[in-house]
Amino acid sequence: MTGDFHPAWRRWVMALLLLASAGCATVPPGTTQRQQIDPFEAWNRKVFAFNETLDDALLKPVASVYVEIVPPLARRGIGNFYANLADAWSAVNMLLQGKPVTAAEGAFRFSVNTVFGFGGVLDVASEMGYGRNYGDFGQTLGIWGMDAGAYLMWPLIGPSTMRESLALPLNYAASPMYLFHLSFAGQFGVWALQLVNTRASLLGMGSLLDDIALDKYTFVRDAYLQRRRSLLGDSDEPPAPDPSQDDPEAAPATAPKPEPAQ
Amino acid sequence: MLSRRSFVSLFLAAGALLALAARAEEAPDAFIMRISTDVLDAVKADKSIQTGDVQKVIALVDAKVMPSVNFRRMTASAVGRFWRQATPEQQQRLQEEFKTLLIRTYSGALTQVKDQTVDLKPMRSKPEDDDVVVRTEVRGKGDPVQLDYRLEKTANGWKIYDVNVLGVWLVQNYRNSFAQEIGASGVDGLIAKLAEKNKAAAGKP
Repeated sequence: MTGDFHPAWRRWVMALLLLASAGCATVPPGTTQRQQIDPFEAWNRKVFAFNETLDDALLKPVASVYVEIVPPLARRGIGNFYANLADAWSAVNMLLQGKPVTAAEGAFRFSVNTVFGFGGVLDVASEMGYGRNYGDFGQTLGIWGMDAGAYLMWPLIGPSTMRESLALPLNYAASPMYLFHLSFAGQFGVWALQLVNTRASLLGMGSLLDDIALDKYTFVRDAYLQRRRSLLGDSDEPPAPDPSQDDPEAAPATAPKPEPAQ
Repeated sequence: MLSRRSFVSLFLAAGALLALAARAEEAPDAFIMRISTDVLDAVKADKSIQTGDVQKVIALVDAKVMPSVNFRRMTASAVGRFWRQATPEQQQRLQEEFKTLLIRTYSGALTQVKDQTVDLKPMRSKPEDDDVVVRTEVRGKGDPVQLDYRLEKTANGWKIYDVNVLGVWLVQNYRNSFAQEIGASGVDGLIAKLAEKNKAAAGKP
């Protein structure tokens, strides 16, 4: 990884910092929790719809053809190759998060797979019992105490938050697209292959999301935010209270009065 | 004096009671392991499930999983603060529609089962706790999938009331969607929406 900070990124980070500070500005009274986590909902929904259209029209058909042409073993190898590079970045982040043992395990995993797994195409380390510990820079920022901030939907990239977006350039710098010093076309190729390979692995899920979600946008947003929170720690969120217990004694009289539905 | 036959039946009844008691005493992780293995084995043994016979999976889930689920609590926590405002009839309808929705989801996932096995992760709760999280990992090809369960202890043994897939609590994930729907068109609106969803999915091949 080279040390120079691309001017385009500097602009990106500046813009995000501005956005983030706008998002962190005092919350006007009367805003619901929903508006707080997703103040840009109207815009995000448009981007989400765009991504959905793009998936239907381009990504999914391409992934379907890809599955026909590329045999499963090769797809798996390609997936492993990308995952191995991500493992190296995970290890760096574990170190940044103050988990040297996990970082060392990750580094070991990466070395074993790179050397004995032909550059990461085979996941030898998993066979040896060294599981993967996922980490990225957005998670590191969270561990350092930064709030997730507002939910953001990016074109092509998908769900994100202010914090994850700040981490995007750095995560990108650690990705194969950047590490291999490829031309723009080369970077696009490496990125596109990863995208199609990942999408292909999700084809089996079919329309699962459409079937279970009442509102796909909300479902995806909440799942994403929960998943990102779960990456921050081993502590579980407390279970929701059980409203089916109609015991007036159990329900404290001081419980906040429910707001009337809008 | 007891006849020989009634003595035998008394003995059998006592045995059944003991077995019931033993089940209530079963540790939560052992309970989850028993159900998981049971379901996975049944799926692996049945070719028609692997080829996507949804009706068969639904029957399997109904028989093996549903008795261990507190569905009333699941629905109530997804509906959240609006639950108490709903009439008993509305609560019943919500429960039925939500159940259909979740069973279908779960069944869809089960048709993907091939060579998976389930591993337990260490418990973090105390043995006397009656509300616990059991952590498991589903291992197959590729990365293991985190699958956790929230359980409560009842008089009839442990009951599941939420499931976590890859860090996402499923029932909890419905809370905003449900509130959104109720906010827009009331509890009946939510029931109608769920019913419509189930009808659309049932119509698909």
